Order: sequence, then structure tokens, then C-alpha cells
Amino acid sequence: MRLTPLQKTLWIAAILASVLFVAARPWFPAQPQMTSAATGDELRPQFDLPDGAGRMRNSPEFRGQWLLVFFGFTNCPDVCPTTLSEVAEVMDGLGRAAERVQPIFISIDPERDRALGIDDYTAAFHPRILGLAGDADQTRTAADSFHIYYEREAAEQAPDGYTMSHSPGLFLIGPDGVWLRQYAYGTPAAEILADLQERF
Amino acid sequence: MRPIPLALPFILFAAAASAEDCPSWQIGDLTITDAWSRATIGTNRPAVFYAEILNAGPEDDALVAISTPVADMPMLHETVVRDGVASMPHAMSVPVPAGGSASLEPGGFHGMLMGLNAALAEDESFPLTMTFEKAGEVTIDVGITAMNGRGPTCRIDGS
Repeated sequence: MRLTPLQKTLWIAAILASVLFVAARPWFPAQPQMTSAATGDELRPQFDLPDGAGRMRNSPEFRGQWLLVFFGFTNCPDVCPTTLSEVAEVMDGLGRAAERVQPIFISIDPERDRALGIDDYTAAFHPRILGLAGDADQTRTAADSFHIYYEREAAEQAPDGYTMSHSPGLFLIGPDGVWLRQYAYGTPAAEILADLQERF
Repeated sequence: MRPIPLALPFILFAAAASAEDCPSWQIGDLTITDAWSRATIGTNRPAVFYAEILNAGPEDDALVAISTPVADMPMLHETVVRDGVASMPHAMSVPVPAGGSASLEPGGFHGMLMGLNAALAEDESFPLTMTFEKAGEVTIDVGITAMNGRGPTCRIDGS
């Protein structure tokens, strides 16, 4: 069988794509759960998202500070308030050292959260928590960079007919922007506090 | 049996209880205690309902429904974390085993109160009727903590 130049090109492209796909897979783990052991190379998560006032905030801006990053949505009645309460307790427990920590809440339901108001929500937990809500692309890019999963799920009974499923962990980013660890959902505030104090 | 009038003396008793005691309500062999919710900003976001249910009887029971005048659409949900992803499926019922207990608590079963008719304010409370498969209905009073509350105010001091 003789292949036309176009067919040859397409075959080569297809083979190259397959090879690239397989080779690149380790950098895009399917499992959102990560441990520091699994990272190998340093992971430097990036985000570039507007805050409640519409000002763009990006990861380099926070170099020199420890970041506690949580992805959630303000319509979430259980997981998100529980985690943000833990973060608030950690901040209070740190005392003066809290100045060195910036907690960040990134909305995975940004359109609705912008409409509902993200600042009054985060402030109700702790005045230092910074809420960010971008557009769909900015949000997906930030989530991918943290290797977190989220998805909109149809739920007839829920407000507006949908809810969100998401990775509920809390992430610690060091002053150099390097991803250090995840605190799994439900980690007591005292444990997070002790871990942070050990690092300072 | 008319469960709601039966519950009334317990509500009055609970209102008189001091802050150290968590108020409790009884219906048949079931005791409900540690009922709490978190304050909300306005009415656009769903509120939550948590409580402890003890079953001193020999028969399994189950919480099958909740209703409250503060929300048009209260439902039972369960937070499930599987493969590192949290979702919140609708729970048809919460089992309360014979001689055991069931917890509606952060990260597990909880009531999701949608369609709020009024914002929930810290330190206030609201009535909520729990319907059990066998024991029937009981109306309890749910205390409201701050938005960053981590447990009922009768157990945890302040927020």
C-alpha cells in the first residue's frame, strides 16, 4: 500500500501525539491526592485570579509568605465552612506569626460566588482570608497547577440545580512558592498549627 | 400518638437548661442532643444542621426527613470523600442502630437547609422537626453558632 504524503504526515503526527501523551502522563497525575514524596521535582503552583474587588492577584506577589490554599465554593454547607473555620483557628493560634501566613480561598464556582460576594463570606471566618474568584479558564488553570480536581454536578434539588464536587484538602506553599504538603480534609487545626510552628 | 405535643415539655425544659448542659429531646427510645447550625450571610446560601441521635431501644430506627420553618427545602446529605474528592450526595435516610447512635456532624451526614426564609443569626435558634421511621416526629430547637463555629455552643466555648 502506497501512502500519499498527506497520509504519511498524518500517521507521523498520530504516532508522535501518542508518544507525547504517554511520556507526559506522569506530569499530569490522574489522582488529585498528592504527597510530598510523589512530587519528585518541586511543584510551584501558579494562580492569577481577581480578588473580591476585581484586582488581579498572582502567586509571585506572595513570595516571602507562607500560603494556606483551599479550593471551595460558598454554597457549600459542610466541607468549606469546616475547613475555613480550621484555618481561622490556625491563624488565631499563630498569634504574631500569623503575619507570615496568607490564607487563600479559591472559588471553583466563581461566577456564582462573585454574584453572591466572596469577601463577606471569607471575612466571616477570618479577616485575613483572601477570597479569589476568576473566570472559568483562570480557575481551571489554577486548579490544574495545584493538581486539584473539581467538577460541576447536576443536582436537581440544589440551589440553581447544581453542586460542586472537589478536592477538599488544604495546601501549604512555602515562602519560595514551592508546594510543601497537603493537610487532608478533617486535619484538626491544632495539628496544622503545630506543623506550621515547627517550620517557622 | 401525637408526637409534637409530647415534645413540647422537652422544648420548654431545654430552654431552661444552663449553658453547660446541652439541651436534649426525646421521642420514644431516641434522644436528640448537640443540635447546632452556623450563622449565614443573608438567605442565598444554604445553611447546615448537625445533631447527635442516641437510640436506647432494641429496634433500629432511621432519620428519614427534616423540616423547619426557616427553610423551604431542607434535605439530608452526606459528605463523602472518595479518592480525594468530596461530594455531597443526597441521603435518603440516616440509620440510627438499636443501642447505638448516629451523628450529623461536619464531614459526614448533615442537614442542608436550602431556600432560607431568613438569615440565621449567631446566638439565636430555630425549631426543626425530625421525622424518624419508627419513633415518629420530634421538634427540637437548633442553636446557631458563628459562621466559623466548629460545634454546638453547649460543648465548645465561644466560636
